[in-house]
Amino acid sequence: MITIRKFYYGDYGESKLDSSSDNETSSSPSGVGGEWPLWEVFIRSKQGLDHKHAGSLHAADATMAIENARDVYTRRMEGISIWVVESKHIHASNPDDADALYDPANDKAYRHPTFYNLPDAVKHM
Amino acid sequence: MDQLINYTLFLADNALIMGHRNSEWCGHGPILEQDIAISNIALDLIGQARNFYQYAATLIGNNATEDSLAYLRDVKEYKNCLLVEQPNADWAQTVLKQFFFSTFQYYLYQQLQNNNDEQLKAIAAKALKEVTYHVRWSSEWVIRLGDGTEESKKRIVKAVDELWMFTGELFEPASYELNTNIDFIFLKENWNKRIRSIFAEATIDVPAETSWHQSGGKIGNHSEHLGFILAEMQFLQRAYPNSEW
Repeated sequence: MITIRKFYYGDYGESKLDSSSDNETSSSPSGVGGEWPLWEVFIRSKQGLDHKHAGSLHAADATMAIENARDVYTRRMEGISIWVVESKHIHASNPDDADALYDPANDKAYRHPTFYNLPDAVKHM
Repeated sequence: MDQLINYTLFLADNALIMGHRNSEWCGHGPILEQDIAISNIALDLIGQARNFYQYAATLIGNNATEDSLAYLRDVKEYKNCLLVEQPNADWAQTVLKQFFFSTFQYYLYQQLQNNNDEQLKAIAAKALKEVTYHVRWSSEWVIRLGDGTEESKKRIVKAVDELWMFTGELFEPASYELNTNIDFIFLKENWNKRIRSIFAEATIDVPAETSWHQSGGKIGNHSEHLGFILAEMQFLQRAYPNSEW
């Protein structure tokens, strides 16, 4: 049986998580050990395109995170818009669950539209 | 003509020395992201300095170049104000120095944008965008430290004590500034207004306007710090003249 548990970005590697403790209550606003919290940065490179994940950085608050992102990730004209979100707010799937989550899709070739015969008249597919 | 040359050099020297001071943080910033931020500001300022030096070089003629102006003039010939050559000390003093200087540049460049001189006008208009960001960045740091912990408050207050005496010189026109159409009253009032509003947010007391201030940098009478900066900056060109890489 799969137990649903919340995982947060950056949790991996610290496998000694006590399964009885709730992750949500352990995150303090100032981060761990006096370090500034981690933020994820999303940059839109052009009008009309999506914001794409560019990387992460440390900052004390959202304003500083946007400024840091501006300095770290847009120095070479990479972007025209920045989103930041504190990493702890990103919920991630657990790599240990990969078997259960992704493998079942592996042998289901019929979910790909590869068995249709395209009429010759259809171009650009 | 001499006045315009000297004025352009004054603008260039301010930007270069401030930029050089900031570059000293490169690799030593308190945190990676801020290391990059202050190095970026250093590069912005050195870029402004280059524009002003290039213009000054064309005005001077005689084979002067941006490099000869930066690397081959001695302390007495440098016209930067005393504020920018002050040591970085800690992060509080660094960001406060930046805040004082960038706010000054901001209102100065705003006026220069309407200058009669096409070149100065163009450089100021371009640089103003960068300076706007420097003001924002440094203001937020002053607020953060002033309204932060007991330790950060202590440090920023100490920085105000150390640096305030160098701010008066900014608004004391040197002879080459007299025909520049810069309204020094306007400049000073706006500067004071911005300092007061940010200090209020940062819960820092503004020193009395009438307090004693230091001056002389604009006419080449510098503190002992500038010599050390130039020694480091000019060493290569002095030891190996005309070397390139």
